[in-house]
Amino acid sequence: MTDALTAITVLWGFVFIYAVMATMDFGAGFWSMVYINKTKTKATNIANRYLSPTWEVTNTFIVALVVAVYSMFPKAAYTLGTVLLIPGSMILLLLSLRSAFLVFSNIAEDYRKVLTYISGISGILIPGLLISVLPITHGGFVEFSEGSQNLNLGKLFTSPNEYAFIGFAVASTLFLSSLLLADYSKASDELHAYNVYRRDALIMGPISLVMAFAVMLTLRDEATWIYNNMMDDLYILIISVIFFLIGGLALILPSIGNKPIRGIPRLAVIMITLQYLAASYVYGKAHLPYIVYPEVTIQSAFTDPNSFRAVFTTYIVGFLILFPGFIYFWSLFMQDKRYLRQKKAKEQT
Amino acid sequence: MDDILIARSLFGTTMGFHIINATIGVGLPLMILAAELLYQKTKDLDYAIMAKRWTKAFAVTLGVGIPTGTIAGVQLSLLWPGFMEVVGRVMALPFQIEIYAFFIEALFMSIYVYAADRISPWMRIASLTLVAFGALASAVLITNVHAFQGTPRGFRVENGELVDIDPWAAFFNPSFAVTAGHVVVTAYMTGAFIIATVAAYKMLRSDFGSKVYKFHQKALMASLIIGGIFSILTAVNGHAAAQYLHEYQPEKLAAAEGLFETQEYAPLAIGGFTDRETESVKWGIEIPWALSFLAGNSFDTEVKGLNDFPEEHWPPLFIHTLFNAMVGVGMLLITLSMIAFVWNKILKKDRFPKFLMWLFVATGPLAMLGIEFGWVFACTGRQPWVIYRVLSTTDAATTATNLGILFMLFAGVYVLLGVMEIIVLRYFFRRNTVLDDLNRAQQKEIPLFGSNT
Ligand code: HDD
Ligand code: HEM
Ligand code: HEM
Repeated sequence: MTDALTAITVLWGFVFIYAVMATMDFGAGFWSMVYINKTKTKATNIANRYLSPTWEVTNTFIVALVVAVYSMFPKAAYTLGTVLLIPGSMILLLLSLRSAFLVFSNIAEDYRKVLTYISGISGILIPGLLISVLPITHGGFVEFSEGSQNLNLGKLFTSPNEYAFIGFAVASTLFLSSLLLADYSKASDELHAYNVYRRDALIMGPISLVMAFAVMLTLRDEATWIYNNMMDDLYILIISVIFFLIGGLALILPSIGNKPIRGIPRLAVIMITLQYLAASYVYGKAHLPYIVYPEVTIQSAFTDPNSFRAVFTTYIVGFLILFPGFIYFWSLFMQDKRYLRQKKAKEQT
Repeated sequence: MDDILIARSLFGTTMGFHIINATIGVGLPLMILAAELLYQKTKDLDYAIMAKRWTKAFAVTLGVGIPTGTIAGVQLSLLWPGFMEVVGRVMALPFQIEIYAFFIEALFMSIYVYAADRISPWMRIASLTLVAFGALASAVLITNVHAFQGTPRGFRVENGELVDIDPWAAFFNPSFAVTAGHVVVTAYMTGAFIIATVAAYKMLRSDFGSKVYKFHQKALMASLIIGGIFSILTAVNGHAAAQYLHEYQPEKLAAAEGLFETQEYAPLAIGGFTDRETESVKWGIEIPWALSFLAGNSFDTEVKGLNDFPEEHWPPLFIHTLFNAMVGVGMLLITLSMIAFVWNKILKKDRFPKFLMWLFVATGPLAMLGIEFGWVFACTGRQPWVIYRVLSTTDAATTATNLGILFMLFAGVYVLLGVMEIIVLRYFFRRNTVLDDLNRAQQKEIPLFGSNT
């Protein structure tokens, strides 16, 4: 593998990890808002119990992603920085409202509802804007003219492809997060909440699949090059749909163990993650070698080899240092029964 | 306004807002750690309560510091794509390593806050130490980028191309240690004085000798001691920072001092305004020979004046005022800490006079102002360069136009977040007074560190 290919693979890995964490994060914020008045189901509590300790960690990933782009592909950072000024600023504005109001809502208990609404709504808009980066990199909306580049916003926001992507992002966010929260509820022994999230997942799953097809259909007209490349790997896309079906089945089958519920959410989570992994592998591979079509490729944008080596070394060292921290974090918030099954008295917190 | 000016104002506003929360984010963990350690040592519950209350305040500032920092990091690429292209090639390491520092801070902050009642006291202190370490490291690393902008190393420019790139040489650029040290000690100093502000104010508002009064008195003494130590370190290290300017960015020092003619035995001008026409500092106090001595430790050090440089490379002349304001804040804070020390430890008086208490109330805002002055001085004083003598700000800026609306949107959001932050903090500490916490601490069943209440 060339250095540039290694770099883009690492970057793609980051994008995928962030995408999963972000859907969880924004989705949980949204569900916590939706169920805020249904105190009996505990669905909001479950969402908050997940969200409170994790949002900072998730946010750090987006910063990591931006840094990874400019440290590995500085020239792409130049182009992306220029064309993403408006959408990027929108994301930043929403993100800052979302994070700040999330924290405020945890502190100012009497005003929790209003504050949760602000953070929940701004949060669910973010995935739609974030994913717009993808159609923008397909090149159709960027005007290159001798050394300068410009984003044609009018064209972007009248394009069916853009809206298909936005719909896909929002639907996927709700789908993945409800699925993961279903699993989290089950681990927390909150069966009411489990049923609520399982139902949401069953509704959102098919919708997100339909949106995925809408993305493909509009892609064929608007960015034929990437559509054709993706079709070269059609069989992986089909495998991805099979994973989706198994995941759906896992939610319907009777539960193992003797709980009075249906579904094996852990299995569903794994299957759906594999589904998205397979699909994004196909998309990512089809995108190569372009970062921004047709001007910026991974080779032309690649950083200096010395810098790449230094950065790559810090990835390895950083990973070794952080890994135990992540494990400890995981064990405290995702596994520890004392955290998951908090007593009623502390439920309000 | 032209678009470059708006871009500069927008970025400056972002940073000016971020730095408030960021400085607290670096400074407060040290104070919380001090309180936790004092608690383990004395078993005085007051200190545990301090740690808990300050952690709450810290969590709120994180809620604003993290998103504004995220804005800062992304805005660098959005507004200064030319700069980030060079940084990406040469100086990516500090950003990259900073990510790990952020992760450490975020992971252990959540553990400290949400798992406090499930982990042992020592694990709690270890988590807190890691939070403080993460904040410290992120400040050091981001400042390193700023240091690199002043003293760029690790590459050459040949026909417009960057060659001979050595990322570690860029990382260990000459002013790294001094600049990072300055930012760290000023942040610790500011964190401490902000505690002093609150404590002094609350003491003025409560009855002498009451439980609440004593609580705040302990906080005030701890913060004045820590703040005093760091304000002295600030001055010592700031002196070194000025000597670095003398060596590496002489036109910045000249503008900071309002010095036009290159000379030995140069005088130090304090206060006043630099006047372009008469090439002098008006209404300032001049101390003969002092500048030469400060710059090079001997009176016959030659200090370069602005006239040695082409005028289009001059930094704006008003940075003289910013520099003076920053140093003035430093001197005032040292003096106040000294007075407090003499009054309390040498004269052994048990209470401070009222006017002194009000001066203590002023220390936190003053320190924060010092931070703002210092940064605007450092960043504006680097103009017209974004990377000193390599890349000009104009060449680094985005080619996009119509930035005005963005500027207003961001400024509006910062105002909203700042106002909300204050309201939320006031709301929380009114609802949960020190007295509530003291009572709660006495009833053992309610866990003090129970996650959110
Ligand atoms: C409360 C804050 C505060 C206080 C009291 C001081 N400083 Fe400072 N100073 C800063 C806060 C600061 C800062 C905000 O942290 C800066 C901005 C950029 C930097 O590296 O640190 C800074 C920069 C800065 C620079 C410029 C570095 C550069 O341009 O790269 C110099 C020469 C000094 N300081 C010198 C001093 C001296 C001689 C002081 C005497 C007491 C002093 N500072 C007090
Ligand atoms: C956090 C405190 C900071 C404040 C208050 C601050 C303030 C400012 C201001 C006012 C400007 C506009 C300067 C002008 O055009 O006159 C500016 C520009 C800039 N600063 Fe800083 N800054 C801070 C920290 C940093 C750090 C740590 C870095 C390094 C990463 C940095 C990098 C830049 C860059 C790249 C520009 C734009 C280009 C330029 O105008 O030179 N700043 N900053
Ligand atoms: C020297 C001035 C700066 C200091 C001392 C500083 C310090 C900090 C600290 C302590 C935090 C953690 C949040 C908090 O405690 O409030 C933070 C967050 C952040 N800062 Fe700054 N910062 C500075 C300047 C900058 C600049 C110039 C950038 C942009 C390049 C930046 C980017 C960020 C980012 C991206 C975050 C969020 C990290 C996360 O997602 O966890 N900071 N900063």
